[in-house]
Amino acid sequence: MLSLGLLLTAVTFSTLGAGAAHADEINTDQYDYVLSGNVQFDGEPIEDVLISVDGSGYEAEVVTDADGKWRIGVPEKETYTVALDEDTLPKGVVVAKGGSEIEAEFGLTKVKSVNFFLGEGERTTVSFFDQFVNRFVNGLNFGLLLALAAIGMSLIFGTTGLSNFAHAEMITFGALATLTLSVTMGLPIWIAIVVAIVLSGALGYGLDAAIWKPLRKKGVGLIPLMIVSIGLSLALRYIFQLFYGGGTSQLPGSGMADLKFGPISLSPIDLWSMGISVVVLLAVSYFLLRTRIGKATRAVSDNPSLASASGIDVDGVIRIVWIVGGALAGLSGVLWAYFRPGVSWDMGFQILLLVFAATTLGGLGTAFGALVGSIIVGLFVELSTLWLPSDLKYVGALVVLILVLLLRPQGILGRKERIG
Amino acid sequence: MIDWGAIFSNAAVELISPTTAAYALAALGLAVHFGYTGLLNFGQAGFMALGAYGYAISTLTFGFPVWASVLVGIGASVVFALILGIPTLRLRADYLAIVTIAAAEIVRLLFTTNTFQPVTGSANGLSGYKGGFADLNPIPAGTYGFGPFEYNAYDWWLRIVAWTIVILACLFTWQIMRSPWGRVIKGIREDEDAVRALGKNVYAYKMQSLILGGVFGTIAGMIFVLPRAVVPSNYQTSLTFFVYAILLLGGAATILGPVIGSMIFWVLLSFFSGFIARAVEAGWLPFMSSIQAGQLRFILVGVAIMLIVIYRPQGIFGNKKELAFVK
Amino acid sequence: MSNNTVPTAKPVKTVGMHIGEAVPGCKKKDPILVVDGVSRTFGGLKAVDVEHLEIPRGAITALIGPNGAGKTTLFNLLTGFDKPDTGSWTFEGTSIGGMAAFKVARMGQVRTFQLTKALGLLTVMDNMLLGAKAQVGENLFRAVLPFLWRQQEAHNKVKALDLLARFKLDTKKDDYAASLSGGQRKLLEMARALMSDPTLVMLDEPMAGVNPALTQSLLDHILNLKAEGMSVLFVEHDMHMVRHIADWVIVMAEGKVVAEGDPHEVMRNQAVIDAYLGQHHDEDLGEDPDAGQQNVGAIKELLDDEL
Ligand SMILES: Nc1ncnc2c1ncn2[C@@H]1O[C@H](COP(=O)(O)OP(=O)(O)O)[C@@H](O)[C@H]1O
Ligand SMILES: [Mg+2]
Repeated sequence: MLSLGLLLTAVTFSTLGAGAAHADEINTDQYDYVLSGNVQFDGEPIEDVLISVDGSGYEAEVVTDADGKWRIGVPEKETYTVALDEDTLPKGVVVAKGGSEIEAEFGLTKVKSVNFFLGEGERTTVSFFDQFVNRFVNGLNFGLLLALAAIGMSLIFGTTGLSNFAHAEMITFGALATLTLSVTMGLPIWIAIVVAIVLSGALGYGLDAAIWKPLRKKGVGLIPLMIVSIGLSLALRYIFQLFYGGGTSQLPGSGMADLKFGPISLSPIDLWSMGISVVVLLAVSYFLLRTRIGKATRAVSDNPSLASASGIDVDGVIRIVWIVGGALAGLSGVLWAYFRPGVSWDMGFQILLLVFAATTLGGLGTAFGALVGSIIVGLFVELSTLWLPSDLKYVGALVVLILVLLLRPQGILGRKERIG
Repeated sequence: MIDWGAIFSNAAVELISPTTAAYALAALGLAVHFGYTGLLNFGQAGFMALGAYGYAISTLTFGFPVWASVLVGIGASVVFALILGIPTLRLRADYLAIVTIAAAEIVRLLFTTNTFQPVTGSANGLSGYKGGFADLNPIPAGTYGFGPFEYNAYDWWLRIVAWTIVILACLFTWQIMRSPWGRVIKGIREDEDAVRALGKNVYAYKMQSLILGGVFGTIAGMIFVLPRAVVPSNYQTSLTFFVYAILLLGGAATILGPVIGSMIFWVLLSFFSGFIARAVEAGWLPFMSSIQAGQLRFILVGVAIMLIVIYRPQGIFGNKKELAFVK
Repeated sequence: MSNNTVPTAKPVKTVGMHIGEAVPGCKKKDPILVVDGVSRTFGGLKAVDVEHLEIPRGAITALIGPNGAGKTTLFNLLTGFDKPDTGSWTFEGTSIGGMAAFKVARMGQVRTFQLTKALGLLTVMDNMLLGAKAQVGENLFRAVLPFLWRQQEAHNKVKALDLLARFKLDTKKDDYAASLSGGQRKLLEMARALMSDPTLVMLDEPMAGVNPALTQSLLDHILNLKAEGMSVLFVEHDMHMVRHIADWVIVMAEGKVVAEGDPHEVMRNQAVIDAYLGQHHDEDLGEDPDAGQQNVGAIKELLDDEL
C-alpha cells in the first residue's frame, strides 16, 4: 500500500504522455522481436548515434547509450531496414563498408543483432546548391499539400469565424479512409482515393450538420466554438487510435524508387502529388473567382450580414464550404500520407500547427493568403533542414509565424479590421 | 472478479496527489489568463515545461540550490511570457492562441532535439534532481497516514508543499481579483477598447496577467516533476487541452473551480481507467484490448470538453449569469 | 427623431467663438483641440482628410455629416484608437498625435463609442469605478494590500453613486451591465467617462438607439457638462437636437470638413445640403441598413427649418 500512490501516478503518466522514447531502448517491452547492436570505433563505444528502423509500415528511432548500445523492439518477424545516421557520428568517422543501411532479417531467435562497420574517413557530401534545389522542390510539394488543408480551414474561418482544431482529424480521416478502402477492402488505389475524398466531404457536411450548425443557431460565441473543436479533435483522434491502433501503415505504392532529374530526386508519387495539388488548387480558385457560389462564399467571408441582407443563402454557403473544406482536407491527408510516408492516427495533428501557421501567415480568412502562407511554410520547413537538425525543422516555421505576426499582424494578404 | 476496493482507493488517492495539485495550479494560471482576462493562452504546456526543465537543469547542470532553481524556472517563464506577449497582446485574441500554441511546441521541440542532449537529455528527459527538495524535508523518516492515504516522509512532504502552494496561489488570486486591479482585468475581458478609453494601459495589464498565469503554470510544472522524471513528450499540446478541460469543468472565472475541477478530473479519470482496465482483465469487454481501454479516457475527456462548453459553459462553480466566456 | 423630444426650455448658447468668417477650418478664440493635415485612407478610400480644424473650449460642438463621412474615423484618430497616414494635432496645447489611446484619455480627453461598450459581465458599479483616475489599487503589487486602496475606493464609490443618481441608474448599481437596456447602457457609458473628470468629452452618436423618453435627460446631461466647464464634441444625426444644444456645428462629408458655423446658419449652407443629397446610398449598408432613410430625414428637417 505504501508505494501505491507513487506507482499509480507513474503508471497514469506513462500512458498519458504518448510513449516516451528511451535513448538506447525503444518499444522493447511492447514487442517480442528486438533488433540490437553496438556502435564502436577502434574498440571505443560511440554515444548518441542515431539508429532508425523502417519496414512493414513500422518506424522507430533510437540513440546509442554510453556503451554504444542500442535496442529497438519491432512488431513482426519481418525484414527491416536499419539505418545509421552518419551525421551523428563523430568527425572523421564514417561507415566504412556495407553502407549505412542494412537489411535485417530475423533468424531463429527473437533478437537480431545488426552492426555497422566504421572506419576513418571523410564523407562525400552533396553540394549545397544541389541540396538546396532538392529541398526546395520537396518544400514546394509539402507546401502544396498544406495549402489544400489550409484553404479549407481558411474558408471555414472566413465564413463562420471558427478556428477549427478538428481540421487535423479531417486530414487524418482522408488518409485512414484511403487505407481501409485500398488495403483492407482491396479497391484500386485511385478509386480508393476518390471514394475517400467523397467520404471526407461527407464528414465535413456531417460535422456541420450535427455540431456546428446547431451551435451557430444557438448563438454560441466564437471562442467556445473553438474550444468545442478542441474537444472534438481530441475525441476523434483517439477514436481513430481505438480503431487503427498506434502504429503506422503504408498506402499502396508508397516507397516507390526516386527518379533523378539532375540534382532533384522525386518519386513518381511526388510528381503526382504536386500535379494533383496544382490542379485542385486551380479548380478551387476557379470556384471562388468565377462561380456564383464561389463569389457568394467570398461575399459571406467579407461581411456575413451584408451578404444575407443581399439575399445570399448564408447557411447554404457555409454547408458547401464545409463539404469543400472536408474534401480538401481529406485529399491533403492522402498526399501527406505519401509524403511522410505512412498513415497513422495522429498524422493530421502533426501538421495542424503548420496549417494554422499557413492560414495565419496569409491573413486569417483569406483563401489565397492561405495558399501563399502554405507555400512559405512548406519551403521553410524543408529548407531549414539545410541549417537546422532535422528534429528541429518545424521550429523554423513556427518562429517565422511569430515574426510575421510581429511585423505584419494582419498576415501577408490580410486586411486590418475596424474599431469603434 | 473486479476488485472494487482497489479501484475506489486508487481513485481516492488522486484527491490529494501532487499531480492533482500541479494541474490545479496550472488551471488557476489559465483562469487568470482566460477566465479573468480573456487571453487565449494555449501554451500552458510550454510554461509548465519551462518550470520542469528550468528546475531540473539548474539543479543537475549548474548544481543550484532549490531556491535558485525555482527562481531560474520562474525567470525563464517571465521571459517566455514577454516574448509571447510583446508581439501578440496588441493583436486579436485568436492570434495569441496560435502564437502561444506554436511557442509551446517550439519549447518542447527544443527540449526534445538531440542537439542539446547533454543538457536536456533529449527524448530521455532528466531525472535525479530531487535530492535538494528531499533534503529540506523536516518530517522524520517513516510511514504515516491511513487507508489509501499512507505515504512515506518524502511523499507527505511533497503533498504538503504542493497543496500549500496551491492554497497560497488561490488566496493571492482571490485577493487581486477583488481589487481595482482585478476590475481592470475583468474589464479587459469584456471589451479592451472601452477600458483603454478609460485611460488604462491595457497592454501592460494583459502582460501582467500573462506573466502571472504563466508563473503559476511554471510552478505547476515544478510540482508536476517532483514525483516523476522530466520527459519532454509530457508537454505536448494535449497537456494544455487537459488543463483547459479542468478549468472549464470547474468554471473559468472562479478561484476554486480549477482546484475542484482538477480533483474531480483526476479522481474520475483514475476511477474510469481502473474500472475499464479491470473489466477488460475480467473479460467483461471482450471486444477491447487493455491498450484500447487506455485510449477511451482521451475520448471521454474530449467529449466532456464539448459537452461542458455547450451545456454548462460556466462550469460547476461559475455563476450562471457570469458565463465567463469572452465573446 | 420626433419633435416631442425637443425640450422647451432654451439653453444658453455660447456665441462669438470664432475669428473671422465661419468657413471650414476657421480659427477659434480659445481652441481646446487643434487638428492639422490629418488623413486616413482605407485601401484607396480616403475616409478622413481634414486640413485644419479647431474645436472651441467650454462649448458644445456638434459633428454632423452623412453616414460614412468619416466622423467615427476622425474620433478614432483623435483619441489614439487608430493611426493616421499623415497629420498632427494638439490638445490643450500639447501635441498628442500618435499618442496611445490610454494616455490621451488620461490627459482628460475621453470618448464614448458609437456601438456602446458597456462591460456586460461587470456590475454597473464596477463599470463606474473603472472610470476613476489614478487608482492606487490598480497596481498589481498594491492590489494585494487592501488597506492601501480601501479609502480611495470608498471615495470613488460615493462619487460613482452621485453620478449614477444623476443618470437615474443608482437603483441598478449591483446589476450586471448586460441586463441594462440599450439606452441605459449609453447613459452608463457616459457616466463612466465622467468619473475621470475630463476636460473634453467626445460622444459618438450618444442618442442613437436611446428610448425617446430618455433623450431629454441625455440632452440635459450634455448641457450640464458644459455648465460644469467641460468642452463637448458630439456626433449626432438628429438635427433638431443639434440645433437645440450645439453652440457650434462642424459638417463633414467624404472625409472633409465642408462647413462650420452657428447651428442655425450652417444649415442653410449649400455645401451641407449637397453633402446630404450627394450621399452614396450603397455605402455602409452592412453597418446601418437605414442610413439612406436617415439622410432623407435629415434633409427634410433641414428644409423644415428653412420655413
Ligand atoms: N477599418 C476600416 N476598414 C475599411 N474601411 C473603413 C474602416 N473604418 C471605416 N471605414 C470606411 O471609412 C468611411 C468612414 O467611416 P466612418 O468614419 O465610420 O463614418 P461615419 O462615422 O461618419 O458614419 C466609410 O466609408 C467606412 O466604410
Ligand atoms: Mg460613425
